[in-house]
Formats: sequence, structure tokens, C-alpha cells
Amino acid sequence: MSATQEIFVCGKGVVSPAGWGLDAFRNALQNGQPLTTKALPRPGWEKPLCVRQTPPPATRPAFIAHARLRRTSPIAQYVVAAALEALGPDAQLLQKGFRLGIVYCAMSGCVNYSRRFYDEVLKDPSTASPLVFPETVFNSPASHLAALLGTTSINYTIVGDPGTFLQGLALAADWLLQERVDGCLVVGAEEMDWLTSDAARRFLRSIVVSDGAGALYLKRDRESFSATGVKLEAITDPQLFHHHCPRSEAARRARAELQTFMGQNELLVDGLLDVASADRDELNAWSDWNQSRLSPKRILGEGFMAAAAWQCVAAVDAVEQKFDAANVSVVGCNQQAIAARFIRKSIS
Amino acid sequence: MLFPFRHTGVPPRVVVTGAGIITALGSDWKQNALGFRSGRVATRPVTLFDASRQRVKVAAELDLPPLPQTRLSDQHLARMDRAARMLLVAADQAWKQSGWEPSEHLPIVLGTTSGGMSLGEAYFRQATQSPHNHQHQAKRVVHYQAQQQALNVCEAFGFHGPITIIANACASGANAIGHAFELIRRGEAERVLAGGYDAISQLVFGGFDSLQALSPTQCRPFDAHRDGLALGEGAAVLTLEPLESASRRNATILGEVVGYGAATDAHHLTQPHPNGDAALASMSAACASAQLSPDQIGYINAHGTGTPLNDSAEAAAINRWAGANAAQIQVSSTKSSIGHLLGAAGSVEAVVCLMALQEQWLPPTSTLQTPEPACAFPLVKQPTDARIEYALTNSFGFGGANATLILRRWN
Repeated sequence: MSATQEIFVCGKGVVSPAGWGLDAFRNALQNGQPLTTKALPRPGWEKPLCVRQTPPPATRPAFIAHARLRRTSPIAQYVVAAALEALGPDAQLLQKGFRLGIVYCAMSGCVNYSRRFYDEVLKDPSTASPLVFPETVFNSPASHLAALLGTTSINYTIVGDPGTFLQGLALAADWLLQERVDGCLVVGAEEMDWLTSDAARRFLRSIVVSDGAGALYLKRDRESFSATGVKLEAITDPQLFHHHCPRSEAARRARAELQTFMGQNELLVDGLLDVASADRDELNAWSDWNQSRLSPKRILGEGFMAAAAWQCVAAVDAVEQKFDAANVSVVGCNQQAIAARFIRKSIS
Repeated sequence: MLFPFRHTGVPPRVVVTGAGIITALGSDWKQNALGFRSGRVATRPVTLFDASRQRVKVAAELDLPPLPQTRLSDQHLARMDRAARMLLVAADQAWKQSGWEPSEHLPIVLGTTSGGMSLGEAYFRQATQSPHNHQHQAKRVVHYQAQQQALNVCEAFGFHGPITIIANACASGANAIGHAFELIRRGEAERVLAGGYDAISQLVFGGFDSLQALSPTQCRPFDAHRDGLALGEGAAVLTLEPLESASRRNATILGEVVGYGAATDAHHLTQPHPNGDAALASMSAACASAQLSPDQIGYINAHGTGTPLNDSAEAAAINRWAGANAAQIQVSSTKSSIGHLLGAAGSVEAVVCLMALQEQWLPPTSTLQTPEPACAFPLVKQPTDARIEYALTNSFGFGGANATLILRRWN
């Protein structure tokens, strides 16, 4: 790889069913036990849905006082909290002309307000709330984040299945290498709603849907070494599911593309759920993996785009702590399989 | 590998070899060119849902033509919603015109705000009104999602992505073409299918109506007495490739994409900064990308929604950007004809620019009566012939997403 294509992870942030912040996330993963579930009522059904929902924050985050964030849906709050944690002290740089890009990734987006607003429209469109509608737009969390930080640099919201988060990392790397931005936040998030959980159960009856966000903060300058010492080494081509390439084959291709990099003292952060039908393709693709393995979704639940972000945060954290490299495998729901690799700076 | 990126030499020139379009003016290039050139207004009473209790009851709905013959089965086609069908119609025109062959690696970049929203609405209604009725619900979940609509296109023509879907509100379609342009410039793709699509849905219509953003009279962009926008629907898809590739194939070239810029307006979730700061940044970035100065731009297809706040901010931005050259740059908004197509707007308006450049005319803002005094530039009110080399198109969205494309005439 060219020395000019070096991208470093300079920060990470998490909101998850384990709580707000990296510490709670780490503790949950170290504990290794699936978090307790809660009941989520579903209209028209006596039996509630079983979910893992992000708990309220222990203390009210200061950012909620910002004019743009007072009425926002949970997903926007998750995005902002994870992004601020990832950005850390670099938030101060924005006042000095630092160009911060934002890539926000979602699969379902602002479902709470979309459901609520459409319900209002059906009941009486003349009283549907004009305050709620703008929050239903896919890019509203990214817009709120930009407003809070005061950044006017390029800002994309990209949607798709969970593999999209890894595409988002590549997009951020591209902007950094083109020098369009000096730093870039990549955030993946979802929010809990009975509608999403109801929809997911149509494909996997035992699924436990969860919500939250994960963020990585990328830069290209060498000063970034001091922050975490973790480098983004590779992202495979997205392997689309289609007639000639079923999900199983796409997973195998993504794994094969990463194969050439493999060494010792490595971790695989996979997307296994402990649901046989959902896990089969990914298990088969990585069947020969004989090193350490971490499956955040077994503990936190199926957070879709947030879960892909959690996998990447967990991989970066693991490289910082003890591994030479960590590989992330995302075998998505209905679009693509893709994988990424993070390495410790000393082995580059 | 998606990353690290392939090494590239000199960025290639990027040309358009296929363009598909469907709007309320018609379902192909010819019908749309006729409509845009004459400034025909295509709004009509809403029929897609009950709009009787809405404040505004008109939109630029389109009549869907029969779906093209592709590799998709009838069963598959039957599951597709209105938005997916529009996308397929536009993609089919672009694909056939380009003469492209199916291939393993052919990226598709799409912009949309709401994907298959009508299916999401149907899912919600059934889940709340008859929760124990599961009929069609699983199919709605699958086909509601924008990635499925992109997968439909891949499957229809036999190519395999990757798929990128940009949801930057009303700038999405322009961002999609801009992103595709950059993929080719940087050598990350040999060819890219790019565009935008959105269909009118009850939720989105109700949303704009609740904001009182819809015009209760008629959409009149840049009119001193403008009172709101009209919603429309449609899709436009372009095939983009390096000039060298198009020349090698003896492909017909419709025009060249020469510049792309994007910026974020952090002022308000639904209102632009009154001075048009981000719009100015976006236009300036596009010009820098194209290595052009404002005096070289002959025509601007403005975002021009017809809302009081958008048009005054955009006028301020164009005035500042063009400076002393403002009086030489012809400006119009084709939203007077087809309404605001949201995620499709940027791509449809890019095709309008291609039409204007190729056929050397300017599409009028035919509903304009009293020009907004803040405009230091001439507004095109009547069908006009012109000699233009470069056209610029603006797209600004909720959340402050701003995007600008610059296209060049192909001789």
C-alpha cells in the first residue's frame, strides 16, 4: 500500500444497550453474557416484542440543551453522543478552521418520528405536527450533528444494509486522501421501534432487535498515531447478493479477499447472533478461522447499522488493547457481504 | 479492494453516454425536452391518496408507462412499488442508450429521500389496522428499502454493483451524480450508473403540507409573490464513463460532467442561511473542481423551489458567486413545470441541463410573473434559444445538504 494511503482511527464512541459510552460497551463485551431483554408493546398483540434497548443516559447529556437537539428522536441523540465521544478534544479544532466531514449510515433511520407523523397524517393531516416531519428525513441526525459542531464541510447520509457502514469508512478515507476534509466522523445508528422489530421478526422469529450507535473518527496525519495507534488497513469490495452470488458465496468472497493479509495474534469480530439460520453463511465463510473471535451481537442484539459500527469499534479497541490486527466481517441482511481490517501501527 | 484505492494517473474526462428520464411531463427524453422547452406546467389534482383534508391538493403526478422488458420476472415486477418502477424506466432508457454490456463490477450510485415509502405506509396501516393479517407484509419490508430498489436495477440489467445510496434529502440526486463523477475521476470505477428517484407518498406530501411549504396557488420560483413549492415525482439515470472509453466504443456522447461541489448549511434543519453561504460554497467548489470561473457559465438551473426562503437565499448566493457577471447568466427553475422531485430533483435537473446544452435552448420558469427584485441575474420567463457551453445546476436539501453540478456541451 502506498504511504500516501494511510488512514488512522483517532477516536471511537458508542451508545448501546450496555449504556452510553465506551466503558459500558467494553464491560458488556468482556462480561460476555447476553444483556437482559425487555418487553416492547406491539399494537394489536397481547404478547410484547422482546428487545434490547439502549437505556436512558445516567446523566442528561449537555448537548440535549442545544436548540437543534431538544426535540430530536433517540437516533439523533445516539448519533451525537457517539460522535462527540469519538471526536474527543478535536471538537475544539473546529473553531480554528478544521474541516470535519461527516458520514452517517443508517438502515431504518428515524422510525419513531416517521411512524408518529404518518399516524397523525392518517388521523387528520391538518393537525399533523410540522415539528415532527423534518425529523423523519434520513439525514436529520447528520444535520443536527453538523449544526452542533458548526461544521460546513461535506456531509453524506448513506443508507443500505449494515455493510454500508464499512462503505462509509471507505468514503471517509477517500475524502481524507483527496484532502477535502482534515478529519471525518463515520457514524452508524438505529433506533428502537415496535415497527422495526415487528418487520425483522417476519424473517427471523427469534431475533432480538437492539439500538444505539457507533462512531469512528478518522484522520490521515501521522500525529494521529498518538491517539490510538490503529490504522485502517483494508476494506474488501462489497459483495452483492444476487442470483449468481447468493449470500453464502458473497460471505465467502469477502472473507477470501481479506485472506491475503492474515497473520498471527489476530481477532475476528463477526456478526453472529446465535441464530442458526442467520449465522450459517458467515460461519461457513470463516470456518477455518482458528484465532480469537468476538461476536458483539450475541451480547447486544441485532442493531443493524449500529451493530456494524459496534463491530468496528470493538475491533479498534481490541487492537489498541492487545491484538496486532482485528478483522471485521459484516454479512448483511439483504444487500452485501463486506469485511475490513484494522492493524496496530507497529506492524504496518 | 474498496480500500486502499487503486492508483490513478491523470483524472479522465467524464462523459454521459446514456440518459433516462421520467417526470410528469413524460416518460422519455423527447417528451420531457418538449415539455421543458415550452415550460408546460404538469401539476394536477392528487390521485394517489385521499388529499381532501390537505391544505393543498395538487402535485405533479406522473402516468407510469408499461415497464420495460428486462431480466426481471413478472412476479418480481409485480412486487415493485411506484418509486422502483420509475427508477427502472429511467435506468432502462439510460442503459439502452449507452450500449453498455452487463458486467461483474459496475457501481450504481442512487439518490433518494424516501425509497419505497408507499410500501412502508401500507405496512404500517396493515400492522395497526389488522395486525394479525400477515399477507404481503414480508414483501413490503423487502421492497420498501432503497437497497432493494438498487438491486432491482442491477438484476434487471445483469450487473453487480457495488451499490451506494445517498440520502441527503433534496440534494441526493445531485450528490449521486457528483459521487459517480468522482469515482471515475479517481480511477475507482470504469463506468457508473447514477441517478435519483422519488415517488409522491402520503407521508411526504403531508409533511410538506404541515410545514405550509406547498403553494396554495401555483409554484412560481423567483417570483416576488411566490408562496411555496409543488411536489412532483420521477426519476433520472445517467451512464457515466471516461471519454476515452466512450470514444473507443464510438458511443454517442450527450454531454460532459466537469464539476461537482458540496457543502453543508448548519443554519437550520429546514431553512437555508439567508445569505446563502453554503450554496455559495457549493457553487464555488463545483467551479474549482471544473476549473471554471462564473463568467464561463451560461445557464443555471436553480434549485428554485418557489418557497420565499429558498429562493431569496439562492438569489443571494448566485449574486455573490457571480458578482459583476450576474447580469450575463441566465437562470431558471424547472420546478415550475414538474414540481420538486426531492431525491430525484438533482438528477432530473442534470438531464434538463444536458437537453439545454445539446439542443441549445433554455427552459423557462413559465409561471413567473413578477421577478424577485433581489435577483441580479436575468430569469428565463419564455422559451428561449441560446448559445451555451456550460450549465450549472443547484440542489439544496433539508438538513443543509447543498450540491452543485456543472455540465458541458458536447460538440
